[in-house]
Amino acid sequence: MIKGGVKGDLFESYIMNYLLEIKNLVKIYKEVVAVDGISFSVSEGACFGLIGPNGAGKTTTIEVIEDIVPPTSGEILYKGKPRSSSFKQEVGIQFQQTALLSSLTLRETLKIFKYLYNKSADIEEILDICNLSEIQKRMNDRISGGQKQRLMLALSMINQPKLMFLDEPSTGLDPQARRNLWSIIRKIKEEGKTIVLTTHYMEEAQRLCDEVAIMDNGKIIAQGTPGQLIKKYCQDISIILPKNSIRFSLSKSPFRFREINGNIEIRTSDINSCLNLLISEGTDLTELVVRSPNLENVFLNLTGKQLRD
Amino acid sequence: MFHARNLEFFRDWSALGWTFLFPFLIVAGFGIIFGSKDYTEYKVGVFPSQHEIIQYENIDLPSSFKQTRYIKFIGFKSFEESIEKLKHHKIDFLVKAGSKSHEYWVSDSSPKGYIVERLFKGSLFPDAPNLSEKKEIKGNEIRYIDWLFPGILAMNMMFSALWGVGYVVVRYRKMGVLKRLNATPLTAFEYLSSQVLSRIFILMFTLVVVWVACNLVFKFRVAGSYFDLFVIFFVGGMCLSAYGLVIAARGFSEEFTSGVVNFISWPMMFLSEVWFSLEGSPRWIKLIAKLFPLTHMLTAVRRVMNDGAKLSDVSMEIAILIIMTIISIIVGAALFSWNK
Repeated sequence: MIKGGVKGDLFESYIMNYLLEIKNLVKIYKEVVAVDGISFSVSEGACFGLIGPNGAGKTTTIEVIEDIVPPTSGEILYKGKPRSSSFKQEVGIQFQQTALLSSLTLRETLKIFKYLYNKSADIEEILDICNLSEIQKRMNDRISGGQKQRLMLALSMINQPKLMFLDEPSTGLDPQARRNLWSIIRKIKEEGKTIVLTTHYMEEAQRLCDEVAIMDNGKIIAQGTPGQLIKKYCQDISIILPKNSIRFSLSKSPFRFREINGNIEIRTSDINSCLNLLISEGTDLTELVVRSPNLENVFLNLTGKQLRD
Repeated sequence: MFHARNLEFFRDWSALGWTFLFPFLIVAGFGIIFGSKDYTEYKVGVFPSQHEIIQYENIDLPSSFKQTRYIKFIGFKSFEESIEKLKHHKIDFLVKAGSKSHEYWVSDSSPKGYIVERLFKGSLFPDAPNLSEKKEIKGNEIRYIDWLFPGILAMNMMFSALWGVGYVVVRYRKMGVLKRLNATPLTAFEYLSSQVLSRIFILMFTLVVVWVACNLVFKFRVAGSYFDLFVIFFVGGMCLSAYGLVIAARGFSEEFTSGVVNFISWPMMFLSEVWFSLEGSPRWIKLIAKLFPLTHMLTAVRRVMNDGAKLSDVSMEIAILIIMTIISIIVGAALFSWNK
């Protein structure tokens, strides 16, 4: 059995098919520990999400991996080896906030970036995937927020990358633009590209990511598929009813409940028993709402605070 | 990157227009000012006079003084009014018309007043000019505009290089453009080279357009070769752009960079003989001037344009410019940071 060193890493990467491995990564800015010894691995073709509130260390983590910011300590392996000079040729990057060379059309912007790489995608195809064909002759500083995010996504695809880093891709977009962007990211996923995505939108993570790591204060506090995390940390389903529709005393029932804005929220892992009790007690179920647990609830249960606190 | 930077420059109509218009307006302005016979260097107040504009034949002053070029006579009704103007340096010299004792007033702290006083005293002895003999300058005279024009062009190149490379790269760093480029395989050397090459292309293009346009109006006399002039401007432009790289190497603050560019460009403009010669200046000022690429560039350009020198005659200046370019590129590249 091979253990340790580059040979050991290569062996493990080969067996597990990891494209990216992060080991004990630390980044300290003067006296602030932005990233505090995190480790995770990303399988080839997977979409891995780093989720957490603003200031959790997601962007710093991703920028260290992208080789934009140097790490304080830790190991970053790409294809089982430390990143080489070819790393930037093979990855696509979308920053949370960025600016572009001005006075260029969208098409010219893509063309300029295309020349920076050895391998490049067809511009028509990229414009088509990102729904930018119709505005390709427009200046890059005269487009909407949603169009700009799609252009940034297009730029990150221009070199046909194996691995893509998307940092808060939908921040600041309206719901329609966000869903539009998600559908493009899903198309990219279907092409078999590996994606590392950061977000503080739990719905985004649940819809796009195969695996997520929840970050808080520079550390990963939980990791797994969205389903695994919900099952492990938040089994209860919420049943919400108007207070006046319940005609019996819930305190005598085995279920936990609380009053929120004139409604009663009952939390249970046994929804059948709960619904049977409500029906047997003659409860009016007309306005009943059943809410499945999500990653937001997982984060709340893990940290005791909301993601947007 | 070279192409992108050129597109950005040529599509920014306001900056493009100003780049061409600025040197042309300066040359045109100086051509008109110094070419006009109405140009005034000294102002002499005369009292008492009923009119502000005085007819020469009506002034009771020595005729040789009245006929001196570049002196404008301004009439005042009273002594009180005119002496106030003299105190505040609105006029350089004050004289009482019709005074048999030739009464005059002058500020001892005014250099122009001193010159006019000497002229006035000299004019009281009409025979004195016969003691000297005026000789003409032999050969082609160098017109002031032919001396000034290369300076204006070089100054325009300096501002364009320092702002176009130094300031623009810092602005890109602040906006996050450099961070985005850092995420690509583009190296710092490739990026900086593209900035310098693009700026050189813009500088030389501007130079040719402005030269041709100004030449249509002023008909410059070029004693040397146009090719030699082009080579010197090219090497000088490289050097100035490389200076811009050093400014661009670090920093986020546009205000700070603006201050640094002004701190370098203004002394360079005044000490590189763009506007006036440093002949007779203290040695330490001349030594400081030697640190500026503009000084060497202008010396070489003027020798070729005005004196008909060849490249071999200005090889020292060209060598200094090349050495300054290499040092600036090495320092700029070593200090360069994409992020901070």
